Amino acid sequence: MPDTHALVTDFLNKLKKRKIEGSKATAKLTAELLRSVISQQRLPNTNQAGALIHAIKAIGDQLTAANPVEVAVGNIVRRVLHIIREEDVSLTTASIGGLSLQGLSDDDEDDDNPLVSAAAAAAAARTTLRPPSLQTLLEDIPPHSAAAAAAALHHSSSSAGDSEDKTKSTDKNSRSRKLKHNVIEAVNELIQDIATCHELIAEQAVEHIHHNEVILTLGSSGTVIEFLCAAKEKKRSFRVFVAEGAPRYQGHTLAKELVARGLQTTVITDSAVFAMISRVNMVIVGAHAVMANGGVIAPVGLNMVALAAQRHAVPFVVLAGIHKLCPLYPHNPEVLLNELKSPSELLDFGEMSDCMDFGSGTGSPLLHVVNPAFDYVPPKLVSLFITDTGGHNPSYMYRLIADYYSADDLVLQQRPTS
Amino acid sequence: MDPRRQSRTVIDPKVRQVGFFAPPDRSQSVPLPQSSTSPPLSDLSPSGNSLSPVMIPPPRTLPPPNRLSSPLNRFSGDSVNAVPVGSYNPSPSVGDFFEEKSVRSPDRRRSGGGGGSGKFASSLPAGGFEMPPEVKPKSLTTVSVVSKLQGNVTDVDEKVGEQSGESQDVNSKQPLKEKTSKAERRALQEAQRAAKAAAKAGGNAVANTKTGKANSVQKKDNASSIAPAEKRVVDHKDKDRKKDVPHPRMQFDDATRVEKAKKRAVVKQTEVRNRVELFRHLPQFEHKTKLPHLEINFFGLNSVHPAVYKVGLRYLAGDISGGNARCIAMLQAFQESIMDYSTPPERALNRDLTAKINSYVSFLIECRPLSISMGNAIKFVKSRIANLPLTLSESEVKATLLSEISTFINEKIILADKVIVRHAVMKVSDGDVLLTYGSSSAVEMILLHSHELGKRFRVVIVDSRPKLEGRLLLRRLVGKGISCTYVHINAISYIMHEVTRVFLGASSVLANGTVYSRVGTACVAMVANACGVPVIVCCEAYKFHERVQLDSICCNELGDPDAISKVHGREEVNYLKDIADNESLQLLNLTYDLTPSDYVSMIITDYGMIPPTSVPVIVREFRKEHIWSG
Repeated sequence: MPDTHALVTDFLNKLKKRKIEGSKATAKLTAELLRSVISQQRLPNTNQAGALIHAIKAIGDQLTAANPVEVAVGNIVRRVLHIIREEDVSLTTASIGGLSLQGLSDDDEDDDNPLVSAAAAAAAARTTLRPPSLQTLLEDIPPHSAAAAAAALHHSSSSAGDSEDKTKSTDKNSRSRKLKHNVIEAVNELIQDIATCHELIAEQAVEHIHHNEVILTLGSSGTVIEFLCAAKEKKRSFRVFVAEGAPRYQGHTLAKELVARGLQTTVITDSAVFAMISRVNMVIVGAHAVMANGGVIAPVGLNMVALAAQRHAVPFVVLAGIHKLCPLYPHNPEVLLNELKSPSELLDFGEMSDCMDFGSGTGSPLLHVVNPAFDYVPPKLVSLFITDTGGHNPSYMYRLIADYYSADDLVLQQRPTS
Repeated sequence: MDPRRQSRTVIDPKVRQVGFFAPPDRSQSVPLPQSSTSPPLSDLSPSGNSLSPVMIPPPRTLPPPNRLSSPLNRFSGDSVNAVPVGSYNPSPSVGDFFEEKSVRSPDRRRSGGGGGSGKFASSLPAGGFEMPPEVKPKSLTTVSVVSKLQGNVTDVDEKVGEQSGESQDVNSKQPLKEKTSKAERRALQEAQRAAKAAAKAGGNAVANTKTGKANSVQKKDNASSIAPAEKRVVDHKDKDRKKDVPHPRMQFDDATRVEKAKKRAVVKQTEVRNRVELFRHLPQFEHKTKLPHLEINFFGLNSVHPAVYKVGLRYLAGDISGGNARCIAMLQAFQESIMDYSTPPERALNRDLTAKINSYVSFLIECRPLSISMGNAIKFVKSRIANLPLTLSESEVKATLLSEISTFINEKIILADKVIVRHAVMKVSDGDVLLTYGSSSAVEMILLHSHELGKRFRVVIVDSRPKLEGRLLLRRLVGKGISCTYVHINAISYIMHEVTRVFLGASSVLANGTVYSRVGTACVAMVANACGVPVIVCCEAYKFHERVQLDSICCNELGDPDAISKVHGREEVNYLKDIADNESLQLLNLTYDLTPSDYVSMIITDYGMIPPTSVPVIVREFRKEHIWSG
């Protein structure tokens, strides 16, 4: 697989050099890369899903290491892993079902009731796909027995596969192709989802923006542009305050877009946010990533906006596509999930060079310039998340995330032993 | 009822109503009749007055055109003897005793703290620096009484009290008289004068009334000798003054008023094309057209002293910024102009000088709206001029004023900063990480002094567009060898975790404890508060103000909108360049914001370290002590 290798290195380089901007683009590219990796992956006859998962994890590890801050990469890798597991399980249950039917008809070596084993397989599928939650706890199968059932299932399926292998190798081949095919189909769907998530979010715009609303936003995000424009296209009239979002000044591009659509737009400096927020009805911002606790990794400056909004009881609404949902919990998010950009955006080196005399003194430079890219907004400051599946509370995010990711994949880094 | 006091109590509301209503002329004309109906009330219960400024915005009864045209009409009708002060006054009776007073003693009106306030307070720049009326007159009279008993100096405040009685007489004598003829009025004045002289001769009054009357009579005589000329002068002056001084809190959302203001403006003011709806009440003029126009007109501006002109240009160009620097520059310009001042023939020094100062102030306002510190300083200068003893010669007066202004600069600004530094240095300890926002002169001094003391600390300088004043501070601090970290305001949440103290400067501290300061200060204080970092505000007490304000919108200053669309030093960021004319795009460049008092842990002033709740106390004591006493 030399060509996939080349693809992966190419993508890695782009990530390392921060050539890819925006989590949506990154997510899409990651998904496409993984799709081509899957399609070119040669699968062994046994434990195909395991092999596929292993391969994807290896690549995912590299990808996340290349740009640890861009959590969208990790999210997509986890999504793909989840898809593989899901497809595998559904195939297995289907095959077990078929097998048990077979066993009923002509084979009598299995003394288990096949129907029971199918049921156990289904339950195991549910439990493996779902992290422990209240619902699983309340279900009648306790975790131990579920795990045992899963193990039994695995064993039986592999043994069944073994036994089957001897007899029906052609069927086996078709099954491996089927797994790959299904996974690729599902990844295609994921890519489709990522492409359309903005539209899905934007569709909800009119439900959240009323006539004459005054909206504040900081910086810019593709989601926010589409959201506001969608509301405008549906003839809603409202005004927007745009904080410019220094040092990247993406607010200026947003203002340009909005003005081009004829929206009343006021550009303010970031420092005027507190002064203006008392006259604003709603804050709508994009996010870089949404963590499992409902906290948001957002473009720098948004924590300030969120605090001001809380002070004046202004709803703080975060728009996030599903590819931004991250199953991790933030620990020390200011430092670990952040990235320091070039100081040249803040200070012109030539301008200050005369007072940076490194030759003299203690040796440690007197002047530091800090230019972080992201802010962490704790969940208590967020009023609402709008994702492509609808609006959610911050406290609900963990559950939403559990739908999309498998608990086994939270840690992408492979232990040296495995 | 004392007309002067009355007028002041009437004007007070206008001045204090800063952010709300009260355009210049209206409140002058409107509240007068109202108070004339119940003059003794406002006189007898001064405490009642204090309510009025805040609670009652002057009713919008009179349409503006009436007011402006009325003096003209009156003037042409009444010819020489036209009612000078009361001329724009709808009620004849009030006009009457106004006129009478001004004839009698032209310098009266500027006498005493409250004396001229009817007129002068109205011209006060940043508005509302006046004391609550209840404090003023009382403390005044007592103080002046004491001084007079000893020193036999002509004390003008004195007359406030004295005259109140007298004019009540007047009022009762001719209640609501219809327009009196010139002769009638003259006769009346004569009668009054005689009566007063008699009273004085009787010498039965208390010491203070006696001396007061002596003064007034003496002055009256002077006045009457040159009465007609004087009156004319006064008349002109009034008109001039009315023209010259735009109200500090003019309503810029009133089109007619803006038109009028523009007509009399020295500086050419073009309105910004796309004004922000929320801020229509504030002036939003195009910045770039001002400077060239002023430069062209340099030789045409006779009314403005070159020193003041220079300072105004520098304000306009942004060379001088920061409350202290602007204030000192202005005071020094005033000093220069006072040095070059000579009283024109047939004019009284006090009045003419005040008028001059007023015209300078209005010029400065046109260049850039005054800061609160400047407003307070102007108030100080005017009160000093008004309080000048009449016995002094012109050169003596000038010397006194110059030295008093120097004292103000030294004591209130320079020494105050030193005291603040001494206090604040105690709050800096080794290993601290101090955060400051923008560039505050007081904070800079604190940092430098702490460094000199050998304390080891690190400084985080937070900056924001469009002014990026922090860069200058950064350069100066790094030049002194202080370790600095420079961030933009957006990164404040990131950097705040390593900070141990936040030092902020302030443009003013308002009586409800809110801090009026460079825009962005509130954000910094808010994040510091959220992270549990103490916020220390450093502000000289002369910048305190009794006004209260809840949001940053009612009263603010709007900077040049073009500064928003252009990003200095980043040519690649020019998305807004070609659409700046689009009418749905508005650029808002706020200059100040308001930090709620609960974000402020402590305010360091020259009176010590106080919680924000103690600000009103300082405001009151400070006013009593420094502005209004002799």
